[in-house]
Amino acid sequence: MILWALAAALIVYVFIRGGYLFAVLHFAAIYVIFVTGLNIFMGYAGQVSFGHNAFAAISGYTSAVLTADYGWEPLSAAALGLAGALLCALIVGYPTLRLRGHYLAMATLAIGLIAYEVAVQWGSVTKGYMGISGIPPLGIGRFTVTSDRGILVLLLILAALAVLAAAGIRRSRLGRAFVAIAGSEDAARALGIDVARYKLIAFLISAFYAGTAGSLFVHAVGFVSPEVYGLHMVVLAFTMLYVGGIGTVAGPALGALVVALLPETIRKLSDYQDLAYGALLIVILIFAPGGLASLSKLTWRRTSAKEAA
Amino acid sequence: MSLLHLEGITRRFGGLVAVDGVSLEVPGSGITAIIGPNGAGKTTLFNTISGFLTPSAGRVVFGGSDITGLPPERVAQRGLVRTFQLVQLFEQLSTLENVKVGRHLHTRGGLLTALMPFQHGHAEAEVDAKARDLLAQVGLAAQAETLSGVLPYGQKRLLEMARALATEPKLLLLDEPAAGLNREETTHLASLLKQIAASGIAVLLIEHDMGLVMNVADRVAVLDFGKLIATGTPAEVQKNPDVIAAYLGSPAHV
Repeated sequence: MILWALAAALIVYVFIRGGYLFAVLHFAAIYVIFVTGLNIFMGYAGQVSFGHNAFAAISGYTSAVLTADYGWEPLSAAALGLAGALLCALIVGYPTLRLRGHYLAMATLAIGLIAYEVAVQWGSVTKGYMGISGIPPLGIGRFTVTSDRGILVLLLILAALAVLAAAGIRRSRLGRAFVAIAGSEDAARALGIDVARYKLIAFLISAFYAGTAGSLFVHAVGFVSPEVYGLHMVVLAFTMLYVGGIGTVAGPALGALVVALLPETIRKLSDYQDLAYGALLIVILIFAPGGLASLSKLTWRRTSAKEAA
Repeated sequence: MSLLHLEGITRRFGGLVAVDGVSLEVPGSGITAIIGPNGAGKTTLFNTISGFLTPSAGRVVFGGSDITGLPPERVAQRGLVRTFQLVQLFEQLSTLENVKVGRHLHTRGGLLTALMPFQHGHAEAEVDAKARDLLAQVGLAAQAETLSGVLPYGQKRLLEMARALATEPKLLLLDEPAAGLNREETTHLASLLKQIAASGIAVLLIEHDMGLVMNVADRVAVLDFGKLIATGTPAEVQKNPDVIAAYLGSPAHV
């Protein structure tokens, strides 16, 4: 709760102060969407994916190329990008999700790397390392969101919707099937749950989140290059997922905000910034191994244990 | 007409014949027990019936239709639901939520339902009520909100049974339900099994606790080295010389 209040206070502060912190919060809100989606596959359903950056890349580059080079409307370009990301997820997920163990993790790692290489090498479309600039902001027709404040409001609304949807899924029959698969595939099957099918559904939902995040990024920033969707994205998303609390509903969003904003709070340390950043993450994971979201539960359990004694 | 009909079920693992030509009829009511020494092939037979293993030969017929080789989720859809020798709970879920998962086959709804929770509150409330009823039936009502992973072992077994009952099975397969239970818990289990059978659900169980088997079973089938060596009432089987030999060894021929 304290962390949420801090995050809210920070957002209000940025609204008044403005400046480059807007860019940091844009980034954080986009990662809230990406990580909340990844959590549906990795947290709820208990699977592993190193390759969701590929879905962000497919959707983001489709958005970028179609709007910047072909003059498409951002919304229709993003919609096509999302469809492409989902199609790719279906093609990769359908065969691999029928297998147990690490096959899926390997396959996702591969598509993540392939997507990055394509973005680098397919110069005629992606412009390679140079990247694509001049991508128009989101909007419908003449109605576009251009100001930093406007973009932040839009991103925060979308991030909130993303978390609400994830919460709805967790409480539903669908979400229970996901969590059952994470608990015991054999038991889930014995109760009539088609494990392969539900894994694929979880994979597609999280790919949809990833694609949305990918397109939002290019329209919010106006620029895209392969590094945006590189392996760094996966590492960052994993950090957010575990710092916030994998498998919980609000944890990933909390983790995304904390991990995205942490470097800003220790920027004054200049040379020691990375060291302090790493140390802080380790401290968080030592004292809250279940993630920041588990802290509230922990204190509650302690008080109830005291009452029982 | 029996509910479950096994016809010459054989399952090999390489050169080992774990189950060897077992034919068995399980009627649609009452409690049938499968007993046999360790390694007799009981659990392998269970896995073959419930779709976790495909038989090397033979047929499994359930409710008049051939279910040989169907995957477990399809077998469960037809009303044949099992528990596991090593309890398989969804340990990160509460006791109540575990039972709710058991309602999967009797509820509908995918992503759209999940995104519109207010329109489907009624179905969710029904799932909740049904799950709480089942918890009360096995005596776990007070633990509804407890994380299932922290329950004592005996309660985990009961929870697994409640979860299986939530699927409204026609035939419930229980793999050593009394393993690891103390005497008091076993007594409770016996009365629970009789209750389940009385409610019209047929029960097929593997059990080592002879006291329990003799107390609750209407029929007993005995496996030894993968072969069915006897069937009958508990009293008949107890007197069967082959069964005595299987458990105690046959007298040496001089």
